[in-house]
Amino acid sequence: MKLETRRVRPGLWRIERRTAPTAGVAALVPLVSILLALLLGALLLLLAGQNPLVVYGAMLNGAFGSLNGVAETIVKTIPLSLAALGVGIAFRMLLWNIGAEGQLYFGAIAATGLALYVMPWAPTVVLLPMMVLAGFVGGALWGLIPGALRAFLNVNEIITSLMLNYVAILFSEYLVHGPWRNPQGLGFPGTRTLPDSAWLPRLSPTRVHLGLLLAVIAAGVLFVILRRTWWGYEIRVIGENQRAARYAGINIPRNMLLVMAVSGGLAGIAGMSEVAGIAHQLQRSLSPGYGYTAIIVAWLAKLNPWSTLMVAFLFAGLLVGGDQLQISMGLPAAIAPMLQGTILFFLLGGEVLSRYRLTKVRRGPTPDLNPAQR
Amino acid sequence: MLVISVLAAAIGAGTAILFACLGEILCERAGILNLGVEGMMLSGALAGFATTYGTGNPWLGALAALAAGGLLSLIHALLTISLNANQVVSGLALTLFGGGLTAFLGQPLVGLPAPASFGKLPIPGLAAIPVLGPILFRQDALTYLSYALVPLLWYWIYRTRPGLYLRAVGESPATVDAMGLSVQRLRYIYVVLGGMLAGLGGAAISLASNPGWTENMTAGRGWIAIALVIFATWNPTRAAVGAYLFGGVEALQFRLQGAGTSISPFFLNMLPYLFTIIVLVLATRETVRRRIAAPAALGLPYFREERS
Repeated sequence: MKLETRRVRPGLWRIERRTAPTAGVAALVPLVSILLALLLGALLLLLAGQNPLVVYGAMLNGAFGSLNGVAETIVKTIPLSLAALGVGIAFRMLLWNIGAEGQLYFGAIAATGLALYVMPWAPTVVLLPMMVLAGFVGGALWGLIPGALRAFLNVNEIITSLMLNYVAILFSEYLVHGPWRNPQGLGFPGTRTLPDSAWLPRLSPTRVHLGLLLAVIAAGVLFVILRRTWWGYEIRVIGENQRAARYAGINIPRNMLLVMAVSGGLAGIAGMSEVAGIAHQLQRSLSPGYGYTAIIVAWLAKLNPWSTLMVAFLFAGLLVGGDQLQISMGLPAAIAPMLQGTILFFLLGGEVLSRYRLTKVRRGPTPDLNPAQR
Repeated sequence: MLVISVLAAAIGAGTAILFACLGEILCERAGILNLGVEGMMLSGALAGFATTYGTGNPWLGALAALAAGGLLSLIHALLTISLNANQVVSGLALTLFGGGLTAFLGQPLVGLPAPASFGKLPIPGLAAIPVLGPILFRQDALTYLSYALVPLLWYWIYRTRPGLYLRAVGESPATVDAMGLSVQRLRYIYVVLGGMLAGLGGAAISLASNPGWTENMTAGRGWIAIALVIFATWNPTRAAVGAYLFGGVEALQFRLQGAGTSISPFFLNMLPYLFTIIVLVLATRETVRRRIAAPAALGLPYFREERS
C-alpha cells in the first residue's frame, strides 16, 4: 500500500494497516480477548460484591470439573454449533442473519409436528431422518422469509430476521398452550411426549445424544462446500466483493436465497435435535438464546466450520457454568451472556489491532517515510 | 371516547420508541450504524429505575439513563470509530452485552414497586382543548420532552451549520475532513448523543409507560426503533409519525386483550413485530421509488489514508 506524506498532528496515536497480519498475532487475538473479557468480568463481579475467583472457579468446575459437567457442556455444544454454523455461512456473504433463534424454533416445531401428528407410527430408522429433514425444512422456510425480502425487495435482513424470532417464539408458545397442548401436562405448557422412536439415541449415562454427529457432519459438509465447490467459491466472492461478483456473472439473489435456506435449515436442525435429543417434546423456552450466542460463536470462530465446533464447546461451557452458578450460589445465570458480550467486544478490538497497528505520530519525519515500515 | 383514549395511549407508548429512533437517526446521519439500541435502552431502563428506586427522584433516574446509554454507546464508538471494527457485529455485541449486564445487575430489582415515576401531567389550558387536549396534553413529562425534541432536531439537522456538518460526515466524510473538521470527533459526539437518547427511551418505559424493572423489558423496541429510522428516511418528524403508529399498535393490542377477544394473546403479541416487517417492506419500496438513500457513508469505516 502506498502511503503519502501528510501532516498529522504529532503526539496522537493513530492506526495504520499492516501489510499482512502475522500468524502469531492472529492466533493470539481470540485467546487474549477471552482473557481480557474475563478480567473485565471480574471487575464487574467485584462491583456486584462477588469474589470473582470463587465465581469463575464454580463456573469452571460446573462446566468441565466432572464427567457430568463435560457431558452437559457437550449437550449444549450441539445446538450452539449447529446454529453457529448456519449463522457463519450467511455472515460469509455478509448476509446478517440474526434470526437463528426463530429458525431453531421453527425447526423444532416442524420436527415435533412430524413425529406427533404426521408419522408417529414410523420406525426409528425412518422417523429420525425424516425429523432431521423436517427440522431443516422448517428452519429453511423461516430463514427464506428475510432471505426473499432481501433478495427481491432489498429489505434489510437484520431487522426482519430478528423480528421473526419474536414471531416464531410466540407461535411455538401458542402451539404448546393451545392446539398442541398435552392435556395431561399438569400446568407446565408443552406438547405430548414424542414416541420413543423419535428419540435420538443417547450415550448413557449422560445426556449426550446423536445430535453431536449431526453437528460434526454439518461442519464437514460446510467445510467441503466452502473450500471445494463452485458454490462455495461464489459465496466467498460475494462476501468479499459484491461488485466483482456481479461483474463475474454470479447470480446474487439466487445465492442469497440458497444461503438463507441453508443457514436457517441448520438452525432448524438444532431445534430438531433439542426436541428429539433432550426435551422429547416441544415446550416453552426450548432454547436459552442459542441463536443469539451462535452469532458470537460464529464470529469468534472467524466463520470457519471446524473452529466453530471448538468455540461452541467453550461457549457451551460458559452456559453450563452460568447455570451451575445459579444452582450452587444463587447468582443469576445472566453472567454467561454478559461475559459473551464482553468477549466479543475485546475480540473486535483485538482483530483490528491484528490487522492494523498503533503508531505514535512523531514530530519530524513521519514514520511513513521509513521504507522499512511500509 | 374510546378512540381518544387509544390515541392517548399510543402516544404514551410511542415515546420510548421515539427517543430511541431519534438517537439512531443522529448516529446514522453521522455515518455510524449502531445496532446496540436494544442494549442501550435496557441499560437506560435499568439505570433509570435503579436510581429512582434509590433516590425517589425520577428526574435523577432520567439523568442516570442518559448516562448509561451514553456510556454503552461509547464502547461502540471506540470500536467502530477509533478501531474501525465491523459496525454490524459491534452493535450486535452491544445488544447482547446490554441484555446480559442488565439481567445480571438488575436481578435484585425485579418486581419491586417504583417509589416514584413520571405520572400524567395535564398541561393547564391545553389539556382542555377538545379531542387534541386529552390525546396530546395529558401525558407525562418525558413525552412533552420528546415533543420538543422532534422540531429541535429537525431544525438542527436541516437548518443549522453544525447540522450540515452532521449530514456531510455521513454522506462524505472525506469532504468534512478536507474542510478541516475532525470526522472522528463529530462521529463520537453523535454516537454518544444517540446512545443517551436510547437510554432515555429505556427510562421512558421503566419510569413512565411501564414503571418497574424486569429482564428484557424493552421486548424488541430497540429493533423497532432501528427499523423506523428507515421508515422515517432519517428525518425526525417522520420518526414521530412512525413511533406513534407503533405506539398505536401496542395500545390497540392491550385494548383488544383487555376487551377479551377470541384472538389468542400470542397472536396479538406478534402484531408489533409483524407490523415492523410490513412497514419496513413498504418503506424500502418507497425509498427506492423516491430515490431516497441512506447516508452514503453509513456503515463504512473512514480511513484518512484511503480517501479517494
